[in-house]
Amino acid sequence: MNQAIELPDPNSIPLEQIDVSDGRIYQQDAWRPFFARLREEAPVHYCADSAFGPFWSVTRFEDIVAVDTNHEVFSSEPAIVIGDMTEEMEVEMFIAMDPPKHDVQRRAAQPVVAPQNLAQMESLIRSRVCAILDNLPVGETFNWVDEVSINLTTQMLATLFDFPFEERSKLTYWSDVAAGSPEIAGGDVDQEERIPALMECLETFNRIWHERKGRDEGFDLITLLQRDPHTADLPDRPMEFLGNLMLLIVGGNDTTRNSITGGVLALNQNPAEYDKLRSDHGLIPGMVSEIIRWQTPLMHMRRTAKQDVELRGQQIKQGDKVVMWYLSGNRDESAIENADDFIIDRANPRHHVSFGFGIHRCMGNRLGEMQLRILWEEIMRRFSFVEVVGEPERVRSNFVRGYTNLPVKLHAL
Amino acid sequence: MPKITLIEFSGQDHTIDAEAGKSLMQNAIDNGVPGIDADCGGACACGTCHCFVSEDWLAATGEADAMEEAMLGMRPDRADNSRLACQIEVSDELDGLVVNLPEFQM
Ligand code: HEM
Ligand code: FES
Repeated sequence: MNQAIELPDPNSIPLEQIDVSDGRIYQQDAWRPFFARLREEAPVHYCADSAFGPFWSVTRFEDIVAVDTNHEVFSSEPAIVIGDMTEEMEVEMFIAMDPPKHDVQRRAAQPVVAPQNLAQMESLIRSRVCAILDNLPVGETFNWVDEVSINLTTQMLATLFDFPFEERSKLTYWSDVAAGSPEIAGGDVDQEERIPALMECLETFNRIWHERKGRDEGFDLITLLQRDPHTADLPDRPMEFLGNLMLLIVGGNDTTRNSITGGVLALNQNPAEYDKLRSDHGLIPGMVSEIIRWQTPLMHMRRTAKQDVELRGQQIKQGDKVVMWYLSGNRDESAIENADDFIIDRANPRHHVSFGFGIHRCMGNRLGEMQLRILWEEIMRRFSFVEVVGEPERVRSNFVRGYTNLPVKLHAL
Repeated sequence: MPKITLIEFSGQDHTIDAEAGKSLMQNAIDNGVPGIDADCGGACACGTCHCFVSEDWLAATGEADAMEEAMLGMRPDRADNSRLACQIEVSDELDGLVVNLPEFQM
């Protein structure tokens, strides 16, 4: 798609012409020199003209932490992606809210993904991982994205919501529709498709909510929301109900999916690391963090300045969009040694910005890590090599760093 | 060197010779005490160095500022004596401090 249109050479154009909001940069995996130059020459950079209007880019690790933790000045409203949302159907998600509203809603949802709860889900998730892996063809070429990444992520979502298992592909569909609007992912879902899909999502969950009411066992998301007094009447506020559901569906969908694919690609590009893993499966937990850093499944989060503010000598005006490029922060040598390299036994693997920082820091971080840990434990029990046998195809987006295709061939132990 | 005791959720305790001037989080990490993740490296930005300060030591360890409060507010297991260990600076006055670690960090 659009491979024919050439990207500008980031090192020969004037600094002010650099526009990192162009989704093709990521589709073509051409982003490294763009951000290397910005980090070096203009760590707080203004792009006056882009398809999404003017915006600031913050590209160094330290500055990203500073913006992310200063929610008084850098607001998450009205949107957390570069493009503004269309207003036809405003779904209210707490990721795009400031305190105090954000805090109330997050507190209600957070216990669902607390590690105590996760421990109870671990065996169910593991059995689903095993079933998927056991059904894969050995020695044949297939698309890892469809057969493993999407399949597994969908099953995990169904588990989280205790969603009717046979209908689980709807979850993925709603997530793709919600996140795939052009202003977010640079994808091609239009409003005509989006609104009915979201209405269907709302209706389905309303039905599940009522069926499940009064049930006092269970640790799925719906049951937990029903138990909390702040959210027990959530369906009475449909846009908020839908927002919370969509946030949990979207939050855990593309991110986990693309980390699953990214891990396979990273190990193939770094055979010495794959060898380390083969000789010591104990490296898996640290490797999982390294995969999440290396992949950076969400490339940015955006804030809006609530007042004039100075950052690294640049004058940011009230109302300006400020974009934190996690993808760049994760490659910042001043915070991470050999940041461009994939090293599965790093000393401090959790020190990355892929989950953001501050009050919006990813709520599902331990869940995401757990899913990847289980997957790699089970892969290593079965296959000596998940071999990449063709070029990956990537998503055109400035937000989700993802793949549509990764041809692989499995080798038995 | 102030002696500080950290008690894991399992009840396992660790008494360390802490270094004054460094944070409690850094001291725990340097001494290999498990149960503190410290994902952000001490920037009060991740909440994964959550701990519970024993009642007797609440005054001596001081109060959480607004940012620490905001981060603590996101912990499902937040209690009145919750603190972020990276925001407690160890000094000689903290000799004998006892803190409990939570069941999990997130
Ligand atoms: C590798 C996997 C994942 C990555 C890289 C990731 C990344 C992120 C990022 C960057 C943020 C925003 C942080 C900020 O603004 O500072 C976020 C927020 C969030 N994530 Fe994740 N995420 C992942 C997995 C998950 C999963 C599995 C869930 C499912 C429960 C989830 C749910 C959320 C929610 C609810 C928020 C909003 C938090 C808030 O605004 O307070 N994430 N995530
Ligand atoms: S180490 Fe991150 S908040 Fe203390």
